[in-house]
Amino acid sequence: MGHGGGGAMSAELVEHLFLPAYGSAAAAELGDSAVLTVGDGTRLAFSTDSFVVKPMFFPGGSIGDLAVNGTVNDLAMSGATPLFMSSAFILQEGTALTDLGRIAQDMGAAARAAGVRLVTGDTKVVDSGSGDGVYINTSGIGVIPAGVDIGPRRAAPGDAVLISGDIGVHGVAVMSCRDGLGFGTTVESDTAALHGLVAAMLATGADVHVLRDPTRGGVAASLNEIATASRVGVELIERDLPVPDTVRDACSLLGLDPLQVANEGKLIAIVPADSADRVLAALTEHPLGRGARRIGTCVTGHPGMVVARTGLGGTRVVGLPVGEQLPRIC
Amino acid sequence: MKYLDEFSDPDLARRLVDEIHAATTRPWAMMEVCGGQTHSIIRHGIDQLLPDGVEMIHGPGCPVCVTPLEIIDRALAIAARPGVVFCSFGDMLRVPGSSQDLFSVKSAGGDVRVVYSPLDALKIARDNPDKEVVFFGIGFETTAPANAMTVHQARRLGVRNFSLLVSHVLVPPAIAAIMESPTCRVQAFLAAGHVCSVMGTSEYPPLAERYQVPIVVTGFEPLDILEGVRRTILQLEQGRHELENAYPRAVRDEGNLPAMEMLRDVFEVTDRTWRGIGTIPSSGWRLSEKYAEFDAERRFDVAGIRTAESSLCRSGDVLQGLIKPHECAAFGKECTPRNPLGATMVSSEGACAAYFTYRRLELVDAK
Repeated sequence: MGHGGGGAMSAELVEHLFLPAYGSAAAAELGDSAVLTVGDGTRLAFSTDSFVVKPMFFPGGSIGDLAVNGTVNDLAMSGATPLFMSSAFILQEGTALTDLGRIAQDMGAAARAAGVRLVTGDTKVVDSGSGDGVYINTSGIGVIPAGVDIGPRRAAPGDAVLISGDIGVHGVAVMSCRDGLGFGTTVESDTAALHGLVAAMLATGADVHVLRDPTRGGVAASLNEIATASRVGVELIERDLPVPDTVRDACSLLGLDPLQVANEGKLIAIVPADSADRVLAALTEHPLGRGARRIGTCVTGHPGMVVARTGLGGTRVVGLPVGEQLPRIC
Repeated sequence: MKYLDEFSDPDLARRLVDEIHAATTRPWAMMEVCGGQTHSIIRHGIDQLLPDGVEMIHGPGCPVCVTPLEIIDRALAIAARPGVVFCSFGDMLRVPGSSQDLFSVKSAGGDVRVVYSPLDALKIARDNPDKEVVFFGIGFETTAPANAMTVHQARRLGVRNFSLLVSHVLVPPAIAAIMESPTCRVQAFLAAGHVCSVMGTSEYPPLAERYQVPIVVTGFEPLDILEGVRRTILQLEQGRHELENAYPRAVRDEGNLPAMEMLRDVFEVTDRTWRGIGTIPSSGWRLSEKYAEFDAERRFDVAGIRTAESSLCRSGDVLQGLIKPHECAAFGKECTPRNPLGATMVSSEGACAAYFTYRRLELVDAK
């Protein structure tokens, strides 16, 4: 299970198993999407993602809109305008058609809202017991505007670290309705397509260095990946992190770190310090970035490592989650 | 839970830190008993704020860490059986047994489920009458009442396919064992607030008297811990050794009487082995004869399993405060949260995991 958690074990699997086996792909930047140049110099972003979330319906969304928004966001994190998507279903025998219909409706609505077209797909059914409800894979293609160069290796010392709003919301919303947990909360998933928000940032003319949507593994995993790829340190100011009370309380109850909890409608932006204010202004003017703020800085010290200044004045390392997040006993 | 903010206020924290510095005239070593306190101290960098020479020794109060290897191995053997649904709190799944952990059993096809309450396991038993459902009942006095209540319910409802694998441990005998160790360096204790919220405080004044050691009942938020340290330092500096309750918002001297009554009905005191430490007399609970039919160890006959602890792991020395986690040669090398040799590296409340997770920067800089 841990190998799919988006943390250290997922990274190990990619680095030590997939990349050596794939050969030519070993030079890939390992961003949220691959950047491909075609004959006339047009740069395409290409991404794929699979969705296995349980339960399939949760406060604020479903596996359907998640499957569209997730791939749209992977494309958007390279600055691309998403254009086309595929959808492939793996269904367990006995899945209710009413559930499937609802998921398909959510996918269609999310695609229309994001301005992408679902153009190809596939359906497979596995024996009862061989799967668990509905799994969805989506792939997407988008076009990257000329002059935009966003990648995980571009973070530089002095750059500002921005977040587009409250963190940990999606993860807590899903946990709140899992079997056996079921705590009451008003938190709804933040699932949303972020390419409009990215376009607003790029319209400021700022040289956006890195974008990342901090999904599985949360902000901690994304920042660790950026710090490793760019060989910079990241210093966070813990009291500046936008953690809603509801998320903090749920995490406190379960012994989880909000920085490691999944998001679905937030982005991290690494931008030069002198453009941080105008990028922040562009973010906060957009409906999906109203809670944006600066949360830290890239530094030359401790390259590859993310360190937080605690509210009391101490410091702590913000690590990659190891595997699945495990609520503590007491 | 909004009030939690008030207990991490930086200005109040600074004031407490200043008072601690003003009161301290010489080095002191105090032990926080509970792993939750250890986690909070390292997570918030509280030990970095204390005067030089004031040392926090991390105690054995992480229930995941001290669950004995033989019980883990019995859990693994039971969980691997066909027809068994093995239910556990999440943080037990990665604890290494002699050769594997519950995640490995799950990967190999065992029906291992994470639950958040023993009552969830009882519900699974009622929903699956053709399966044997076992709940891994570990923990200190804090988790025991819910486990006792669940067994009580199972009997009341006539649920016959439910059992409890019990490994409860008790704090006061552990404090006594630590003080009686010839290598003991502990001069004062921050007692675990949630344990006292169940059991009250009556067991502590005799310990404070017998071992001439201050004991301050302390909570888990940053200000709770700083207040606990402040009161402990004052006692040490003034040569006092008393029980003080610095967590009155949760702890009453008499404890939780209905919970204690339930515990007395369902459990009885037994000698218990603590992983890494050894057997401490009268330091645990097992199911009483009245509830013996719900004892998973009897139901599955797993007493004869042989165990083998890693020879590299010094988890026991860490649990007794004899070494800091990074002083173990395997720390961060053979032993990491990804590949833990001992339980103190597994649980988020284990001292080794807390150091690995939050303190790598200092440890790297120190080399």
